Amino acid sequence: MTTLSSQAINPAFIRRKKIIGFLAVSITFIAAAAVVSIALLMLGHFLIKGIGGVTWEFLSQAPRNNNTEGGIFPAIYGTTFLVLVMSLLGVPVGTATAIYLSEYAKLNSFFARSVRFGVNTLAGVPSIVFGLFGVGFFVQFIGSGMDSGFGNSTAIWGHPALIWAAATLSVLTLPVVIVSVEEALRTVPRELREASLALGATKWQTIWRIVLPNSMTGILTGSILAVGRGAGEVAPIIFVGAVYSLPELPSKVTDQFMHLGYHLFILATQSPDVEAAMPKQYATTVVLLMLTFVLNFTATFIRSRIRNKR
Amino acid sequence: MAKDISIKMRTDNFNAYYGKKHALQNVSTEIQANKVVAFIGPSGCGKSTYLRSMNRMNDLIEGFHIDGTIEIDGLNIYDKEVDVVQLRNRIGMVFQKSIPFPKSIYENVAFGLRLNGKRSKSEMDGIIEESLKRSALWEEIKDRLQDSAMGLSGGQQQRLCIARAIAVNPEILLMDEPCSALDPISTAKIEELIAELKKDYTIIIVTHNMQQAARVSDFTGFFYMGNMVEFDRTRTIFTSPSKKETEDYITGRFG
Repeated sequence: MTTLSSQAINPAFIRRKKIIGFLAVSITFIAAAAVVSIALLMLGHFLIKGIGGVTWEFLSQAPRNNNTEGGIFPAIYGTTFLVLVMSLLGVPVGTATAIYLSEYAKLNSFFARSVRFGVNTLAGVPSIVFGLFGVGFFVQFIGSGMDSGFGNSTAIWGHPALIWAAATLSVLTLPVVIVSVEEALRTVPRELREASLALGATKWQTIWRIVLPNSMTGILTGSILAVGRGAGEVAPIIFVGAVYSLPELPSKVTDQFMHLGYHLFILATQSPDVEAAMPKQYATTVVLLMLTFVLNFTATFIRSRIRNKR
Repeated sequence: MAKDISIKMRTDNFNAYYGKKHALQNVSTEIQANKVVAFIGPSGCGKSTYLRSMNRMNDLIEGFHIDGTIEIDGLNIYDKEVDVVQLRNRIGMVFQKSIPFPKSIYENVAFGLRLNGKRSKSEMDGIIEESLKRSALWEEIKDRLQDSAMGLSGGQQQRLCIARAIAVNPEILLMDEPCSALDPISTAKIEELIAELKKDYTIIIVTHNMQQAARVSDFTGFFYMGNMVEFDRTRTIFTSPSKKETEDYITGRFG
């Protein structure tokens, strides 16, 4: 009896199998390598061209001479102010929603399914649509409604302003907050909740004293991810309060504001002398990228630490 | 039973269902105060369901429902008027997995006390020391009350859970396989503790370990497939059971 005889398998077929296998490895590897190259290329391009422009003067001064001189401090300030107000509005609402979904709602109740549908829908809406919604709902309906309610003769609330941009962005980032916080709440072991309830805690006492403290890092992650997402979005805010230049920094939530992303758009498209504004454009890009990277990296780091704990 | 014996808990034709699954069928028992009662039986026999019905922990499970009654001092705990939170104040529970809260040792024992309003520091300290002494943990940890409870050994954690449960001064202590994750030395300590605690509490323990049931309990109930097959004095169950199934189980012929 001859084993492994060549009459059983055609050698040509073996060769073909090997070639197909080799092709499969090559093609998938090239695709993967292309992805990482594009990421590195993009980063490298902006870093090389822009990092030189990121000076203390650039970070701390206002733009001058049609954005060809000076810095971007008002845009950094406006972006920070914006995401702070956005977090104050969005994180509590998102956390409360996540608590409802994870702790109170029956898993397949009609209401819980409706909320999840709403969250998924929000997550899929193009960001420019949030901008239009912001104008229509926050500025014109709520803002103008507040003015007529308070009997203001001039529009104090009913115009594009930081508060409405923050509200618009908080709606945009709600899905991020809800999903991360709910995930964090669900990692709290059932045994801990039971132990608390068995000691005579009410449901709310259990949530407040056991579930929330044990998912604090998750809530933090959700907030940071939301800030990272919100800080980089331009489309939702261009109608709702972002402006390309300001005589002074915003001091109230009803003021208008400058914004890093929007400033970048202005530098790239609206400059009288695009060539002269180019270095500022690259440097602004580097600052914006750094900001979102640092936020995303922090969130990812915290999240991986939570996952490893379980 | 004679009239002068005080019945702490009376179960009458109690049925429990998880959705359509009939997990407990017509269970009836009388449990005397200040005794240790053990429930034994193979996995899935209903003994844990019964135990978790006594402080209504099963209410948390979607689809769980019951009929029949469980009375504690004559009060039907499934009555509409009964406040589950107050009920659980009267009935402590120790779980199979000793899972302390990720807080300090002190805060673990204080947890139940803090749920019901503020107390003075000295009063809190007193109750916490007393609870830790009664759970035979005080001597080992009295110098590190503010350390995290997560740093304790498994056996210490389980005694901490007992301290946590008795700090709120319950009348009944439910124990769901409290030693199944512990080494023999820790198990022995918990068993000694049970003997000590029955002076003040009625203790109901579910266990997989028949020797443990024989050692610690005054009464034993044998569950099989959702039925309470036999309930009697522990000595009787282990020496001359009246049902064939009980005898088969305790002699290791099945289960």
